[in-house]
Amino acid sequence: MLSRTADSLYWLSRYLERADYVARILGVAIRLSHLPGAGAGGANEWRSALISAGCSDAFDKIYSEANAETVMEFLAFSDKNPSSIKQCLGTARFNARSIRTALTSTMWETINGAWLDLQAMDLNSLVKRERSLFLEWVKDVSLRFDGSAYRTMLRDEGFWFSRLGTYVERADNTARILDVKYHVLLPENATVGGGLDYEQWAAVLRAVNSLTAYHWVYRDNLKPWLIAELLILKPQMPRSLISCYQTLVESLDKLAESSGRQGPAQRKAREVALKLEQSKIEKIFDVGLHEFIETFLAENNALGSAIVEQYLI
Amino acid sequence: MAFDEMTTSDGGVRAPYAGIAQWLKDTPAETLKTRGKEAELLYRRGGITFAVYGDLQGEERIIPHDIVPRVLARKEWNTLAKGLEQRVRTLNRYLADIYGPGECLKAGIIPEDLVWQNPAFRPEMVGVDVPHGIYVHIAGVDVVRIDPDTFYVLEDNARTPSGVSYMLHSRDVSLRLVPELMDTHRVAPIENYPDQLLASLRSVAPRRQSSEPTVALLTPGQFNSAYYEHSFLADKMGVELVEGRDLFVRDEVVYMRTTQGPQRVDVVYRRIDDDFIDPLSFRPDSTLGVPGLFAAYKAGNVTLANAVGTGAADDKVIYSYMPDLTKFYFGEEPILKNVQTWRCRRPDELRYVLDHLSELVVKEVHGSGGYGMLVGPHATAAQIEDFRARLNANPSNYIAQPTLSLSTCPTFVESGIAPRHVDLRPFVLSGSDGIRIVPGGLTRVALREGSLVVNSSQGGGTKDTWVIE
Repeated sequence: MLSRTADSLYWLSRYLERADYVARILGVAIRLSHLPGAGAGGANEWRSALISAGCSDAFDKIYSEANAETVMEFLAFSDKNPSSIKQCLGTARFNARSIRTALTSTMWETINGAWLDLQAMDLNSLVKRERSLFLEWVKDVSLRFDGSAYRTMLRDEGFWFSRLGTYVERADNTARILDVKYHVLLPENATVGGGLDYEQWAAVLRAVNSLTAYHWVYRDNLKPWLIAELLILKPQMPRSLISCYQTLVESLDKLAESSGRQGPAQRKAREVALKLEQSKIEKIFDVGLHEFIETFLAENNALGSAIVEQYLI
Repeated sequence: MAFDEMTTSDGGVRAPYAGIAQWLKDTPAETLKTRGKEAELLYRRGGITFAVYGDLQGEERIIPHDIVPRVLARKEWNTLAKGLEQRVRTLNRYLADIYGPGECLKAGIIPEDLVWQNPAFRPEMVGVDVPHGIYVHIAGVDVVRIDPDTFYVLEDNARTPSGVSYMLHSRDVSLRLVPELMDTHRVAPIENYPDQLLASLRSVAPRRQSSEPTVALLTPGQFNSAYYEHSFLADKMGVELVEGRDLFVRDEVVYMRTTQGPQRVDVVYRRIDDDFIDPLSFRPDSTLGVPGLFAAYKAGNVTLANAVGTGAADDKVIYSYMPDLTKFYFGEEPILKNVQTWRCRRPDELRYVLDHLSELVVKEVHGSGGYGMLVGPHATAAQIEDFRARLNANPSNYIAQPTLSLSTCPTFVESGIAPRHVDLRPFVLSGSDGIRIVPGGLTRVALREGSLVVNSSQGGGTKDTWVIE
């Protein structure tokens, strides 16, 4: 397969996954903003959404205040933010068009259809309810793309590169979403483990469709370390970091099979997977959850670079 | 009155169209309208689009598809096909001649300056040993019809002719939208075009290439107006669609960059113009091409299809010599006629053209796509004066032809079924093992009433073309 084709498949999958993620953190922010005492902490929920999306600085160059209006605009619709939902879908479609023949017609129609729908929307005049619907629509597009790739693609290199993109991005996003809570500080007079703290954690779990899963796995009240364990260390949890890395190791092994050689990307993925397998949540909290996440994001980035260097250029 | 391919002047129906005429009579206008809309949707959803240069808003447009097929009887087609084969043999022979021994020049058939001063002539190609001696592997010959027996060649396209994907899609659309019509006609299949193209391309791989040659389709990228076609053909042939940056040349051998390392390429079906294919040999500012590609080509390590410099055979002045060249090279009478052509480079002919501008069609010698032409009978006085000035300023840049009364075919338009002018672009493939032509071609239709310009960039549409037994 052409390196450029593999590259486009990889990035196309990353961008669709990212669009989903941005929709989800906006969902968290909307939920958090409805909680009593919202905005009373050191950083409000809208700021936290920006920080988790990794574009707080870029935002400040354009806007003076982070609120429902400005953050929604910047993260969802802005042409100035390369990771806004609109830009993600546009970039994904651009990549898709340049490698149409490597996509199945279902995948292409999902992306092209979404892009055509997006062109027809008047994004600047959406009212509140329509915004929620828009976010649901974005998640739906990402889901359909993921599903059509899974259902219709030949299990050859193209499929594995597309999986790599999806899972590198998903691991990144899961880690970031967990970090949202770190940035939303409790108001001074609220107690850790109190009602508000509880609701904030619940919002995080809901954003990744995991609240029910939590209850099934732990049959317990929401506890920060258990939530972190679920999203980091539980292989049963499909978007946990460890689960993402198992898929990454598997996909990279398939690629190694077809080329007949293992390389830095395979080694890096196995190394991270092994670390996760040997981790205990208590240890992670000893170091600090936020610090753990920062280290993980850096490792995940390093894997991304290794994939690019080994296959895509 | 133009010749209508369905209805005779006394109101009868020509035999090949009997089934179509009956169907048009039996099908309510509403049904036709719905199917027309469905056709548009099929194109839109599939992203079967083209880009119009200079149009910022409509980055991607679709070509309107008319669901009423255009029909040729097998006998009509057979004659046409023979003529096309002869025409393409002439094109190839002419190119081998001007880049080789120059017999047509020595014999005085073609004035020397028309060859040496032709901007599409590539001096770099002189003496290059082109694999299997074939220059034009894919030709699109534009043909028009003016009566039951007369086909004219309007234009030869020997560079990178496009439109074949529309031909193939038209058939798809017919199968989906007018299956009842397809059931009652024995339509010659065209679906094997990609296979034939691949076979032709493989047949011209450099000779010492013994095992399965690797073919790649080189595209300028997704901003090119024909990008959809490039990706479509690559997909149907099962070959890689490459951009310049996907290829590189080492020791005069061409490779593609793949996830498993470099892979050698033997045949490049390039849809990039000569100027842009290799910044080391041609335009140095080209970012679309592959540095060193031309050196690899000259070394005989890769085949370019079409060859470099084929444009020297298809401009509108050289066109006017094609019948003479057929006679000269093969001693044959041309089967297809040429439209009478005034070469404005000759003062007497220029004078005639200037005196008859309102009757003639004036075209740029190197123009294409329906741009930069004057259709005298449909032009305003201002347009005519504008062309008069241009002709006087640079006469050798123009030719003129009589305004042909192109045949018409029944077409579904706003007001119902009405005759509209059509042309035909069959695609002729030349390989080392012979010439292949799938029956039919791309029929283009001028959707505006009375219009003779069928180009998609100028409001033209397409029709499915049926050769029936």
